Amino acid sequence: MRGSDDRVIFTKEMKKDYTILVPTMLPIHFKLMLNILREYGYNCELLENTGKAVVDAGLKNVHNDTCYPALLVIGQMIDALESGKYDVNKVALLITQTGGGCRASNYIHLLRKALKKSGFGQVPVVSLSIGGLEKNPGFTLTPLMLDKIFYSLLYGDLLMLLNNQCRPYEIEPGASEALVEKWARRLTMGMKGKGLISYKQVKQNYRRIIADFAALPRRKEQKVKVGIVGEIYVKFSPLGNNDLEKFLLAEGAEPVVPGLMDFCLYCIYNLLMDHKLYGIISSAQKFAYEKAYRWLVRKQADVIDAIKEQGDFRPGGYFPHTVSLTRGYIGHGVKMGEGWLLTAEMLELIEQGIGNIVCTQPFGCLPNHIVGKGMMRVIKERNPQANIVAVDYDPSATRINQENRIKLMLANAVAIDQAHAAGYDMPKYTHPEEGTMPAQTTNPLPGEEEQYQMLIKM
Amino acid sequence: MSLGMTIGIDIGSTTVKIVVMRYGEVVYEQYERHYSQVRPKTLELIQLAKDVIGDHQFTVALSGSAGLGLAKAAELPFIQEVFATGETVKKFAPDTDAVIELGGEDAKIIFFTGGLEERMNGSCAGGTGAFIDQMATLLDVTPEELDTLALNSEKYYTIASRCGVFAKSDIQPLLNQGARHEDIAASIFRAVVDQTITGLAQGRRITGKVLFLGGPLFFFKALQREFVRALNLSHDKAIFPDMGRYAVAMGTALYAEKSGSPMNYQQLVNAIEGAVSDNHATRTLPALFENPDEYAAFCNRHDKDTVDVYPIEEYTGDAYLGIDCGSTTTKLVLTSEDHRILFEYYAPNRGNPVQVVKEQLELMWEKCGDRIQIKGSAATGYGEDLIRNAFGVDSGLVETMAHFKAARHFSPDVDFILDIGGQDIKCFKVRNNSIDSIMLNEACSSGCGSFISTFAQSMGYDVREFAKLGLFAPYPVDLGSRCTVFMNSSVKQAQKEGATVEDISAGISMSVVKNAIYKVIRAASADELGQHIVVQGGTFLNDAVLRSFEMELGRDVVRPAIAGLMGAFGAALHAQELGLERSTLITGEELKTFVHTSKSTTCGICGNHCNLTVNSFGEGKKFISGNRCERPLGNHSAEILPNLYRYKLEKIRALEPGTGKRGKIGIPLGLNMMENIPFWHAFFTELGFTVVLSGISNRDTYIKGQFSIPSDTVCYPAKLMHGHIAQLLEQGVHDIFYPCLTYNFDEKRGDNHFNCPVVAYYPELLKANVEELSQENIHFIYPHLAIDRRKDFANRIYNILWNQYPDLSLGEVRRAAKKAYTFYDQWMADIKAEGARAIDYAREHGHQIVVLSGRPYHIDPEINHGIDRLIASFGIVVVSEDCVADLARELPPDVHVLNQWTYHARLYAAAKYVTTQPDMELVQLVSFGCGIDAITTDEVREILEEGGKLYTQLKIDEISNLGAVRIRIRSLLEAVAERRRAHERV
Repeated sequence: MRGSDDRVIFTKEMKKDYTILVPTMLPIHFKLMLNILREYGYNCELLENTGKAVVDAGLKNVHNDTCYPALLVIGQMIDALESGKYDVNKVALLITQTGGGCRASNYIHLLRKALKKSGFGQVPVVSLSIGGLEKNPGFTLTPLMLDKIFYSLLYGDLLMLLNNQCRPYEIEPGASEALVEKWARRLTMGMKGKGLISYKQVKQNYRRIIADFAALPRRKEQKVKVGIVGEIYVKFSPLGNNDLEKFLLAEGAEPVVPGLMDFCLYCIYNLLMDHKLYGIISSAQKFAYEKAYRWLVRKQADVIDAIKEQGDFRPGGYFPHTVSLTRGYIGHGVKMGEGWLLTAEMLELIEQGIGNIVCTQPFGCLPNHIVGKGMMRVIKERNPQANIVAVDYDPSATRINQENRIKLMLANAVAIDQAHAAGYDMPKYTHPEEGTMPAQTTNPLPGEEEQYQMLIKM
Repeated sequence: MSLGMTIGIDIGSTTVKIVVMRYGEVVYEQYERHYSQVRPKTLELIQLAKDVIGDHQFTVALSGSAGLGLAKAAELPFIQEVFATGETVKKFAPDTDAVIELGGEDAKIIFFTGGLEERMNGSCAGGTGAFIDQMATLLDVTPEELDTLALNSEKYYTIASRCGVFAKSDIQPLLNQGARHEDIAASIFRAVVDQTITGLAQGRRITGKVLFLGGPLFFFKALQREFVRALNLSHDKAIFPDMGRYAVAMGTALYAEKSGSPMNYQQLVNAIEGAVSDNHATRTLPALFENPDEYAAFCNRHDKDTVDVYPIEEYTGDAYLGIDCGSTTTKLVLTSEDHRILFEYYAPNRGNPVQVVKEQLELMWEKCGDRIQIKGSAATGYGEDLIRNAFGVDSGLVETMAHFKAARHFSPDVDFILDIGGQDIKCFKVRNNSIDSIMLNEACSSGCGSFISTFAQSMGYDVREFAKLGLFAPYPVDLGSRCTVFMNSSVKQAQKEGATVEDISAGISMSVVKNAIYKVIRAASADELGQHIVVQGGTFLNDAVLRSFEMELGRDVVRPAIAGLMGAFGAALHAQELGLERSTLITGEELKTFVHTSKSTTCGICGNHCNLTVNSFGEGKKFISGNRCERPLGNHSAEILPNLYRYKLEKIRALEPGTGKRGKIGIPLGLNMMENIPFWHAFFTELGFTVVLSGISNRDTYIKGQFSIPSDTVCYPAKLMHGHIAQLLEQGVHDIFYPCLTYNFDEKRGDNHFNCPVVAYYPELLKANVEELSQENIHFIYPHLAIDRRKDFANRIYNILWNQYPDLSLGEVRRAAKKAYTFYDQWMADIKAEGARAIDYAREHGHQIVVLSGRPYHIDPEINHGIDRLIASFGIVVVSEDCVADLARELPPDVHVLNQWTYHARLYAAAKYVTTQPDMELVQLVSFGCGIDAITTDEVREILEEGGKLYTQLKIDEISNLGAVRIRIRSLLEAVAERRRAHERV
């Protein structure tokens, strides 16, 4: 990478008075992580600018056939720089970077190119990645910080999960979100100070958080659950997926979003696969990664166990189990982009009884041709209850088109639920004889009225 | 509780359908086009049904893509349309296995048996009712006439079926070449069918009893015929019911029975009347003009850029004729000695440019009388060759040059020209009086003039009238800047949000402009374009477009009053420059006996089977088009120049299957296998296998595999792999080897040596989607391997193959691996040596060299569509990127992106090398949908332009027409020649 030698370095002096702008991806997680950075003297700000101006800035500055997340992230940053809100000689940009054969590993370079093109060549870009970091003297993550960031990630996943399972049923609108806010504040406070975090404390926090959410007054009904999987940015970021979670909530569904921890574990697992398949890393490295992997798996298991222990909520799966699900579907050598994990997440959702899935991807996403759309046929073949819709996101793809397809999936979901309620194994239409379908029975089934109401609303 | 009466209203993208049912029987049905006037039309239809409804109480439901908003606003029950169809089928045709339904803009498939599944077309798909309407417009017939034409077809042309825009750019040249309209019509319907099958079936075969629904499938007999043929259905299995158009409305009525509250006629009318959605389109733009004064000032400014017109009746002397036979319009200009316009013509070519030009020439000769002598004539545009041959035109020039000459006439120091025509956007920067860089739109950014006009028509307006509507629209809608298909759905959405026709008209003008600036020119600011900008092309005659452009740039530009005639005007200037004594142009007298017939035939000289169109103009004068090379023209003696694309392909063809003791092993010949094949071939041959290759692709390869393609937006080279697997199975191969290669060979050129995700993991996708690969007797071997690790490769593959072939020994495998590496290295070295030979040859014989840069699989003739031969036909030696990449070792390119893919690293190195060679140009081949090339194209362009070279990109897909490619190549050659001349002058 010869061109990067002339990149603008984030120096120690800059740390003093520069504002670091961070694009949004996972609202809850990022909030926690930014608080930690602030604690260590970095002046950070989460970008919350959205809408047309962001897309336009992206279209102007990035090749329009580049993936949508790059266009949005870069658009969001340049729009912020152009907004006049910041002193453009006193800001830096932080971008997360994944490596590997997917073109997403090029975001940071495209961002630098775009900055140059739009006259912000002086703005330093700091990359944050799980693999090796570009060296920036002014931006270093100490082991202590990493420790805290790691826990904020686990907390973030937990809060997201609980919020998703409470929000659709909360009696007082906004109560669940308020609880997330409350805990974000409290956890940040808890992570202040110099010392290592006490893991005992962390586990206690899990239990408290879960108890708090469990105490939230909720309706007893069961809504249609819809899993969201996909390319990591579009899957998580409301800006990327046109507020998909909100849309699903408004449609009377409960969104289920597998957490970020799985992705981190996936990245480490892939390093181990590199060893197994190709012998790329040394045995010493392998030993270290294996250790890290096992450690992370245990940490994730502790969260899951805490949720199970309380009993009100559905946890995600243990990672080693998630890994095992792809057997017979896709090889673990598929490691570009979301790779085999995306397939695994769909399978895990189905296993948990959540057959309704929105698979989100940027228009023309390369890995998703294989691991998303490419796997749907076999998944459906072997899991007839699977009801998956692939939705493409793109600067010009219209919301109406996306929503119409999601609605079709939801309509199917309701039909499948009805069939189940009536004791049929297969979805609608498989037994077309008169009188066999629930919709045609004379005595309405319990809950049917409600489900019709939902259909009507759609 | 049953009221006995239910009403279903289905509001699709183009039509409204209403069905009234009593006790489950249809008693009334009606449909009408709504021209985006959703609410009033719905109301109208309800009012027509007043008598049938009478005083009954009933329940009602709505459906359809445009019905959603109305249902919401009117608080009426809504049912998703695919679901509604399901209701109908369940009730009226319960033994159906699958339903195919085509609507105005949606296509759907519902599978009933073997697991219910409902699918709609993705966002990148066009071939539907609206598409057929558009194509009819293109042929200047009504949709019904298109159907009649198709039924009388004799043959098919290959028309890209991916989306409407692609298909259109295939059809236009066919029209201009004079292909029979009957055959084109049939090919259009076939394209719709192909599109539906690949886009929707996605790996699931459509079998059993199939019900065909929706308007287009009800009306068009030719479409019915094509579906039955493509799906191989017997007559009792293909059902085209009378209720086809109303299936959704009927299902909606059935659904209404169990939903919603009872109401009467007046209540329904009130609900619809009161359903005015108050939310305005969310994304609006500033108005084009605030008031008429502003518009007047704008007009005044532009009125200054005119050409003098001289009445032809009063002129005596010499004159020069320019003909611009464009993709959709034909333009003629006759100029006087002092560049005044004597005669002009601008009109759609109605699918038959020869006839149009003939009529105009007759008129012109009549007006010329004896007073005017035509001293020169020139033709340009898509139909240049056809027109030249038909009418004895003296000269031809590539349209970019014609436009440049004309623009220079208006603004001698012009530094940027933007031309938006019917189907093309062309932009060129001018430096030192010669063209510096040329940008043309790709098939996928064709938001041009014809888009506006077909759109206007679909909304029931004349294009001029439609454009005017937008001038004072208060809230132009923001429709985005991607392709026309996306714009269509953006418009749909805007309409649902209550945007007026005025707002949409203005919005469309703006989106055309944005498309040009951001997608084609890829500019970040106006300064990048230049100081003296000339805009032209018929589309800029539209004031709304011109204004949008000036607003977007924030700068005034020059629009000549003859913006639409610039190509023809430039051609006339060129004709004058020829300095001829006498023109060979057909005379008025000769025109009287002029006849034109065309017939289509298939060329049988090589395996390519080009569709040729033979135009005859009487007296044995003939013009053949559709050819990729010179051979069908009887030009066998032409010098065969070195061509690395041909060389590499022949080298693969020459690989012999050994006769081994271990039986057959099949390898699909596509994607990275195009380059890795020598390695695997040597490896397996050495191990004692008979290596069976799937063969070089052709169109049939694609057709054979199209059923199992799960993602319609993946690149064409990947899609072809499905066909290659089919071809291997056809040859009775039971073991197929196709490994997943995350890493490619390491050529030590970049930061890493990855393959792209699609190349790396396509075998996984094939396994999951090609059913046959999971059969008991088929062994599909697709391990993850690292061929770059020469040290332990043998051990690893031994462990994998051992499962399948227990008699293999590690020693054998090691020897085979060694052999494979040696063979591969020799093979690659030989290609490089041949490249060097080709370059030497070119220099010795004074040929120009083009480095045709792409991927190894771009040598596949079904992928490159003969572009290498086309370039060679201009007397150019074609070499490939891998041959020259190594020559630039000493001067590594300055790459600003992560250089981590083996194939792509070659591109940068090749580009860098080309900048050091005065007799070399680089042309980059890009497969549509290649995400990585979104990154490489910008980089390659930068490297070339920094080195003072022109950048030319050719985007390829299923498309098989080379018209646009020819223009690009000619433009490149012309621009290079111009530059050289300019250089020599200095």
